[in-house]
Amino acid sequence: MIDIYTRRRITNRLGLIVSVLAMAFGLFWLGWILFTLLNHGLPALTSTVFTQMTPPPGSDGGLLNAIVGTLMMTIVGTLIGTPIGILAGTYLAEFGQRGWLAPVTRFINDILLSAPSIVIGLFVYEVYVVHIRHFSGWAGALALAIIVIPIVIRTTENMLRLIPNTLREASAALGAPQWKTVNFVTLRAARAGIITGIMLAIARISGETAPLLFTALNNQFWNADMENPMANLPVVIFQFAMSPYEDWQRLAWAGALLITFSVLTLNILARILFRQSASNH
Amino acid sequence: MSAFIQEARLKRQIWLDMMFRGATRISAFGVLVLLAAIIGSLVIGSMPAIEAFGFNFLINDSWNPVTENFGALVPIVGTLVTSGIALLIAIPVSFGIAIFLTELSPQVMRRPLGIAIELLAGIPSIIYGMWGLFVFAPLFAKHIEPWINDHIGPIPLIGAFFSGPPMGISILTAGIILAIMVIPFIASVMRDVFEVVPAMLKESAYGVGATTWEVVTKVVLPYTKVGVVGGIMLGLGRALGETMAVTFVIGNAHKLSMSLLEPGNSIASALANEFNEADGELYTASLIELGLILFFITFVVLSIARYMLHRLSKREGKAS
Repeated sequence: MIDIYTRRRITNRLGLIVSVLAMAFGLFWLGWILFTLLNHGLPALTSTVFTQMTPPPGSDGGLLNAIVGTLMMTIVGTLIGTPIGILAGTYLAEFGQRGWLAPVTRFINDILLSAPSIVIGLFVYEVYVVHIRHFSGWAGALALAIIVIPIVIRTTENMLRLIPNTLREASAALGAPQWKTVNFVTLRAARAGIITGIMLAIARISGETAPLLFTALNNQFWNADMENPMANLPVVIFQFAMSPYEDWQRLAWAGALLITFSVLTLNILARILFRQSASNH
Repeated sequence: MSAFIQEARLKRQIWLDMMFRGATRISAFGVLVLLAAIIGSLVIGSMPAIEAFGFNFLINDSWNPVTENFGALVPIVGTLVTSGIALLIAIPVSFGIAIFLTELSPQVMRRPLGIAIELLAGIPSIIYGMWGLFVFAPLFAKHIEPWINDHIGPIPLIGAFFSGPPMGISILTAGIILAIMVIPFIASVMRDVFEVVPAMLKESAYGVGATTWEVVTKVVLPYTKVGVVGGIMLGLGRALGETMAVTFVIGNAHKLSMSLLEPGNSIASALANEFNEADGELYTASLIELGLILFFITFVVLSIARYMLHRLSKREGKAS
């Protein structure tokens, strides 16, 4: 019979060991995945990856058209989504104190934030691709913009709420109209946080595959016209990785390495930027 | 300056104010329109299938493009089962990580370790899929699945769930990879809600001689119960809608089987695999109806999550 103190001490020790193991478990997968990417991706990452188009099976090639396509759709998607997101976020934080619109929007936005991205792809297919009758870069960018909007709304609102009310009152006391107060005082004070949010949104959409499958699809050739189907890294990786051809799989690994490290770098940069600005306050 | 000019200037500012406020309000309203448009377009798109199969769609387990007989049972079950497996693994691990990050870790390590876990959420899902297919599944097939077959397979009752060909491509593999993907989401919510527990509450418990484990399980956890459930629901929402990672390893087999080691299908991966190749109105409409069902399920789950988290933060507001 163990006395109660020993038993409590043992339970405590066991519980804490398990929690350390859980932490190690989490880090283990991160390490393993990154190691695999470096291991398979680095040898495949030659200069032709950046200079040549995606090849037919069995011949040499690169990922240039896919890289350019991803960049273009990510940029356009961000440009469409960000202004709407910032405006709506501003409404939630600055003007939405009364009435039903703000709480309902906040709730719906939080749901859209984690809605399955493949459904967004389906939606854009239904309302856009079906009507123009072909896949296009614009449709892809539109799907990505729909993913950007909730992320930007969320961070904009959160960041604006951190701005002390005294700042708004000071601006109002000087006789500034509300639009000036918001644009030149509060939004400016929250700038670093909002940029962080935009960077996180870019990181999120540059790796999204599912919403592009039914919208931008893919294009084996060079294409900078957003009217046409557009190559993009995630879909190329999907197609090449699932194929039985070894040189395609190699390119898929190179693309996977590129995309993961850009996304992770963006994530880390966003956090460093936010931390620096937070310590300045 | 004459009063007339001043008044004109004032009017201009009032007008600009109204314009600006209007623009923000329209954008906020746009979010609601977006949701309505998503639901509306999915309902319209799936109309042919709804008319053809009605309620039967939900309980029909066949999926035959040739005879145009479609049912959603297999993908729905696949989605629920993989997400269930993911939660079974992810909940205890995330709990451990959250305890580690809030109670055990040395102060200097907290931030970097927290970021490392969040980076796990930053890795695009297609990378998880690729890694799962090329690295994890073969190892799983070679070392783990034979062991499961030999040791858990013969056990009566639960054995049937764990016997099958050791191919690596299975519902269980998909569930495990989903678990790794949702761990960071659940863990970071748990960490955030654990951090709001008033220090005085914890110190009182330590003061009367409680161990760290007792403080966590008997003070922190009851205090943050609602938030923890909210975090779990958030993770579930993610797992249900996850597409690419699952598509790589689930095997895309439209059949219902008892064993978790058999390939199966999920709603999202059926869409990813078949939508572009679907010909015929009914086939496309059935796939869109699958999307509608997925959206409905995640909508409910995420609503519960938000409600729970909202309740916690409201109580937080009252207490302070």
